[in-house]
Amino acid sequence: MSGKKHIVSRCISIILVVLLLVIAIYPVLWLILSSLKTQNELTLNSAFSLPGSLNFDNYVEAWTTGNMGSSFVNSVICTAGSMLLIVVIAVPFSFALVKMRWKLRKRINSYVLMGMMVPVQVALIPLFSMYNTMGFTNSRIGLILIYTAYSLPLSVTLLTGFFESVPNELIEAAVIDGCSIYQVLGKIVFPLMTNSIMTVLTLQFMSSWNDLIFSQTMISQPAKQTIQTALIMFNGSYGQVNWGPLFAAMAIAVIPTLVLYLFLSKFMIRGMTAGAVKG
Amino acid sequence: MKKVLGNKKAICLFTLPAVILFTCLVFIPLIWSFTYTFFSGQPGLDFEFNVLDNYIRVFTDKTLRTTLVNNLIYVVVVGGMQIILGFLIAMLINFGVKKHQNLVRSLLFIPVVLPGVAVAQMFLKIYAITPQYGLLNSFFDAVGLDSFVKAWTGDPQTAMIALIIMDIWKAVGMYILVFYSGIIELPEDSVEAARIDGASTWQIITKVQIPQLKPVFRMALIICITACFKVYDSPVALTGGGPGTATMMPSMYMYNTAFNYGEFGYGSVLALIILLECALFTLVVGRIFRNKEAE
Repeated sequence: MSGKKHIVSRCISIILVVLLLVIAIYPVLWLILSSLKTQNELTLNSAFSLPGSLNFDNYVEAWTTGNMGSSFVNSVICTAGSMLLIVVIAVPFSFALVKMRWKLRKRINSYVLMGMMVPVQVALIPLFSMYNTMGFTNSRIGLILIYTAYSLPLSVTLLTGFFESVPNELIEAAVIDGCSIYQVLGKIVFPLMTNSIMTVLTLQFMSSWNDLIFSQTMISQPAKQTIQTALIMFNGSYGQVNWGPLFAAMAIAVIPTLVLYLFLSKFMIRGMTAGAVKG
Repeated sequence: MKKVLGNKKAICLFTLPAVILFTCLVFIPLIWSFTYTFFSGQPGLDFEFNVLDNYIRVFTDKTLRTTLVNNLIYVVVVGGMQIILGFLIAMLINFGVKKHQNLVRSLLFIPVVLPGVAVAQMFLKIYAITPQYGLLNSFFDAVGLDSFVKAWTGDPQTAMIALIIMDIWKAVGMYILVFYSGIIELPEDSVEAARIDGASTWQIITKVQIPQLKPVFRMALIICITACFKVYDSPVALTGGGPGTATMMPSMYMYNTAFNYGEFGYGSVLALIILLECALFTLVVGRIFRNKEAE
């Protein structure tokens, strides 16, 4: 009796899990499949049908109309730039906060951590007038600086956590062997921290790539737009009737994330969880 | 040793870029935001000191009231469903899936990492009715539920539901993960002890595991409060706040007030309200859980 009950409950849970997986993944699959359909296939066939052939015309059209191509490039530049900058700035900063000896380090640490509790919206309006007076709007560098500054508190939390796990003896031994502080950081500590840096990088990728509010506020020239803003514009001007190119445009925005997730899911999950817990 | 680890030049080199960047782009704008609340108009154009007019306006602003009510409905439903579903699904994975738990978890996490704007645009097509049926309407059509075939995002009655369903779909993977990590870290001996004492599975879950998961519930609540109160991307990209103000959220209202109508001062007051909302509810959650733990 209890064996039978056991089998029934196992079947139910497997069915439920499969159902959940379908709900979570099928819409994304549908998006990719639809981006390969011709206009005829989209209008005449059922929404559940498969594309008749691998047809990349929609991608060509999305890329060349409505700034999707240029905004993809802009987003790549801003995302890559902020990923580089966050490592260059946050790693030495966190190192100095945890391992070096100076008076203000506790205060400076809590000063930067305070930034985690602030909703972006609160600083947005003065930030815009500041950028506006300095002529920093419509600038990719301006966006890179913003993306880096707003990821700094969280990245510093992750990195100081890492540095606290590094034994002081290791650093002291290196110093006794005659390493300068730059050599300690570059040659001794840096090679140990690939995991933490990967987490910081994936987190930075997602906050920059997925950003809407900053790019929408700071960028008014269509040629300088990033991908998420361009996607909204694209839907407004082309996507109402021509679904094919719109699906391709959405796929262009989604595929880099999916590819990254395929290889780095561990870091992305860790980064996103840390990001959510902040505040 | 002290000389190397207390190297002033190196400390400056390491810390100043970060401190300057943070101060200029996060701290100064934040402080500045408070001074803006006492002005009307746009800086550089018609910026005028108006004492407390912006604050007084808060109490007579009907749009603000609508957006706050929308936001509250959104926070309660989305937050509640995310936590309940996240917990149930995490339990299901933990007890119902024998092999490939990690794979299932990683697959369910995919919607969380996708860009919110792209997800909203995708759902716009899932909910679509013209020029052809989207996924949802096709499904209802196929199973014969014709009365459910409708313009989900175009109708004020269903636009909020459409938004809520989308955001639950998008974020529930995060809560599954949070609860799953909490469940696997539970000590096994207490469950075993309860089982030896003759407790049923239901009793083990409600009497042993849920109380032990209290810190996880607290964390999940704080995650959803901070995320849901300032929600911006998904309603902007799905409905644009419409139809009318049916899905307008405070963050969108603030954005429109400042950047479309040029009222930077009143926009800053609205931003302050969002900050206070987040702070207040985080405090309340902290208080509730602290009292319960003290009992």
